[in-house]
Amino acid sequence: MSNADQPRFAGTTVIGTARLIAAKDLRVELRSRVLLNQVLPFALIVMVMFAFALDSDAVLERVAPGLVWLAALFSTLIMVSRSFAVETADGALDQLRSAGVPAMGIFIGKMMALMAQLVVLVTLLILTAVVLYRAELSWAGSVLLVTTGLTATCGLAAVGTLYGGLAAGAKGRETLLPLLLLPVVAPVLIGATRATESAFGTRGVSTGQGWPWLGLLAVFAVLFSVSGAVAFGPLLDD
Amino acid sequence: MSNDRATSTPFTKGLGFFVVLGIALLIILGIFVSPADVNQGESVRIMYAHVPGAWLAYLAFVMTAVSSAAYLWKRTRSLTWDRIAGASAEVGVLFMGISLVTGSLWGRLTWGTYWTWDARLTTTAFLFVTYIGYLAVRGLGGTAHQRARRSSVIALLAVLEIPLVHFSVVMWRSLHQRATVLSPDGDIKMDGLMLFTLLCGVFGFSVLFAWLVSHRQRIMAMKDVQQTTAIDVAVAERLKEAQA
Repeated sequence: MSNADQPRFAGTTVIGTARLIAAKDLRVELRSRVLLNQVLPFALIVMVMFAFALDSDAVLERVAPGLVWLAALFSTLIMVSRSFAVETADGALDQLRSAGVPAMGIFIGKMMALMAQLVVLVTLLILTAVVLYRAELSWAGSVLLVTTGLTATCGLAAVGTLYGGLAAGAKGRETLLPLLLLPVVAPVLIGATRATESAFGTRGVSTGQGWPWLGLLAVFAVLFSVSGAVAFGPLLDD
Repeated sequence: MSNDRATSTPFTKGLGFFVVLGIALLIILGIFVSPADVNQGESVRIMYAHVPGAWLAYLAFVMTAVSSAAYLWKRTRSLTWDRIAGASAEVGVLFMGISLVTGSLWGRLTWGTYWTWDARLTTTAFLFVTYIGYLAVRGLGGTAHQRARRSSVIALLAVLEIPLVHFSVVMWRSLHQRATVLSPDGDIKMDGLMLFTLLCGVFGFSVLFAWLVSHRQRIMAMKDVQQTTAIDVAVAERLKEAQA
């Protein structure tokens, strides 16, 4: 193949690749509906199971923010597995790499697609908490809640993509991924839960007390987005 | 013949001597000679295994991080660094486990509880799990250099992760503290002999660390050699069969 008749391809720049990969992942999701038909119902059933286990309206109302984010973490594990199962099924990831597609672009693209799906998931979980666990939402709380949701999902998507890429193609990846991922996302669980508590006004925590936690989430998201974009190439280059 | 199959060298034998000396001294001082603590009673003796164990684990994890960075840096890239990183992590996980168990036993005796959500304890537990994950990544397979690159990146990510976890736990505890968290070291006035025993432990465990890691990384090197030569040996055998 000569260079002259090769069309200018958006996949040669990092941003172009990222956009293509993200669009491809979301298109795969739109057509397969795995998120809609499997992950979201799973998250819902987890929320119902929490209610069975805790068995008290007062307790549920008190721990609702934590349950939202726990369910989000469990679902993230499934979504990350799914995101990379698509890539490794036919050796697609290896082919992308050997075609010279920049790893950073793949990382950013997959991260964006994952984040988009996580935003849908977390939105649904928060609505579930409002309906099932009687969480209260105020206008000031909503602003905090939306920012928290976006920042936390950004961090989760970054770490998920990074460790998902590492576990992809490895033997026993289903068991390896939770072991690697859960300890790393502990700060997200702590930060997002506390910020959501402020947004809901759980235990009389005011909205203002949630913003420092948002700072923690932002630091996490930035650190792991940047280090993920840098480390993804060396992790894949086998 | 026997020499290149053994993992001991004059250096490790010398180290081994000091290990035996240090640990023997620790046992004698820690169990028989040193006095029981005024407040903690006999349970203070757990500290002579607990504190050096924790020290060794932290030392090992720092070693893993430094060796991983040395592997990733092009000028010092060598599989020896990777093996040192792996061996250190193994020893670190082992001693962190020992330290967590002895610590919670001591806590039960002294504080009346096995565990408290103190920032240092929680971070330590996370370190433990993180390095178990690191060891799992080392077991993923592939060539020696694949393993080395993958695990060094994971080791450096752990360096990034741990301060974040620690910081978030500190923030969590300080904003939501109900009971006063018992400080693990408190304001214990240390008896001279106790301090000396503890120092013996730190010395003994540090030499033990060096001894374990140097043996372990040589075993790893032999495994790598075996893996690469196994194919050559098999090919040579099949060729011989074909010719016969």
